[in-house]
Amino acid sequence: MNSLNFKARLISVLIFLLCLGVWSLATMERKVGPGQNPAGMTAEQVEYLKMMGKDPGSTKTNGFPTLTQMGETIWKHVSDPVYDNGPNDKGILIQLAHSLGRVGLGFVLAALVAVPLGFVIGMSPLLRLAFDPFIQVLKPISPLAWMPLALYTIKDSSISGIFVIFICSVWPMLINTAFGVASVKREWLNVSATLEVSPLRRAWCVILPAAAPTILTGMRISMGIAWLVIVAAEMLVGGTGIGYFVWNEWNNLSLTNVIFAIGVIGIVGMLLDMAFARLQQAVTYVE
Amino acid sequence: MQDFLKIEQLDKRFVADRPVFADVSFNIAQGEFVCIIGHSGCGKTTILNVLAGLDQASGGHVYMNNREVVGPSLDRGVVFQSHALMPWLTVRKNIAFAVSSRWPEWKAPKVNVHVEKFVEMVGLRHAIDQKPSQLSGGMKQRVGIARAFAIQPRMLLLDEPFGALDALTRGTIQDELMSIVRETQQTVFMITHDVDEAILLADRILLMHNGSDTPNGYVPGGLSESVTNTLPRERTRAGLHHLPGYYELRNHIVDFLVSRAHVGPAH
Repeated sequence: MNSLNFKARLISVLIFLLCLGVWSLATMERKVGPGQNPAGMTAEQVEYLKMMGKDPGSTKTNGFPTLTQMGETIWKHVSDPVYDNGPNDKGILIQLAHSLGRVGLGFVLAALVAVPLGFVIGMSPLLRLAFDPFIQVLKPISPLAWMPLALYTIKDSSISGIFVIFICSVWPMLINTAFGVASVKREWLNVSATLEVSPLRRAWCVILPAAAPTILTGMRISMGIAWLVIVAAEMLVGGTGIGYFVWNEWNNLSLTNVIFAIGVIGIVGMLLDMAFARLQQAVTYVE
Repeated sequence: MQDFLKIEQLDKRFVADRPVFADVSFNIAQGEFVCIIGHSGCGKTTILNVLAGLDQASGGHVYMNNREVVGPSLDRGVVFQSHALMPWLTVRKNIAFAVSSRWPEWKAPKVNVHVEKFVEMVGLRHAIDQKPSQLSGGMKQRVGIARAFAIQPRMLLLDEPFGALDALTRGTIQDELMSIVRETQQTVFMITHDVDEAILLADRILLMHNGSDTPNGYVPGGLSESVTNTLPRERTRAGLHHLPGYYELRNHIVDFLVSRAHVGPAH
């Protein structure tokens, strides 16, 4: 590891420890709360507390969770990630799988529409001008605003979620593909003209590789947006998924679980972005 | 000598009454190496683009083998001024792309053998699996030349192919080009600014003048003269300036460029 990387990693670790330190300090006074030892109370007292919404044996935390509480929760989830005890109680990996499945499907559908359409728009100035007003009007609409329409027509909540992913992933890929295709260097097109290359072969062998870095940038952006949206969509619609998990645990007032889920969302988002960054690197060329 | 390429009264204008050039007519015989020399803006590249089929003239006709030229074709290979290699392909794949375009029915091993032959011809065997970004300017231009020769076109069009190279590299590649052309009997049309290069390589040198405003009105650009290279065909770059007739030829061309190229044919 070279000197710059090493120093940077060191600083990252220090920042992390600093944050943990601040967290620890901020949660230190709140250790005493109704979550006390139930053995010291009579059955009636426990019953009374439960009625008042202060169940001493529950996982509900009072105030912001401490580091030890977080650690326990993380360990609990990580040590048993694939259990299924019913609709409101599934392992974290199962929830993630549901979310990733929806994102994957929505993204692939969006790519199947955006890349060919973007290609056609990029190659034809006429079509670009014709489609432009529609793209500009539909692009800024929040995918969640599509939800009511989707739920009404599609009816199924899971498919509505996939539709919402589709409608938000399509725009960056479409615009970037069109731009990439339109920006292919004239001289490469001239070379293929002098070699009498057929339009199909030209599209596949010259235009696509030339535009590939731009197209993949569009895909990377789309994926980032899709992951953002699925969490919000699942919160709205519910059922399964990491977004639903966050909302459900919020309703249970279990902040440790909420924070844990937030951490998972962030890490998975980062991994998805890294995967696309790799793909992008694979198709990048130096002129 | 059969008139392989006939250009008749070619004319290009962007503004209706001020053509860049007009009334350009010349012929090229099979196996001939013709150079065109002129100042910037006289329209040399436009003529080449029209011959390549990448551009259209405002008037006049171009015939190759008695057939009118209407678009780009594998019969007319082009070496562009900026190599125009595809940066995501290796040298091998760049040339193979051209070879497969010419002979789509050839299978990969046959294409490969052909590619390697032409890479060998320009002396780049050691770099055959590298990408263009890993090559020097001279090497890239050599690949461009190999690609153009690999499709074995009827006619080769070169647009100032060595303009972007340093003098030393230029000299080496000129020698290589000359030997390849002699060996393959290729018909070549080349644009250049370099008088010595033209005298070394060409059988005939076309001198082009720019359009200009004279007291009698605007005079469009066009061909002033076609100079036949009388030096012996077996000439080398090293011994060129020792050949009798070299300085007369050179002076004639330089005189033209210095005094006549800007001011039209009447002078």
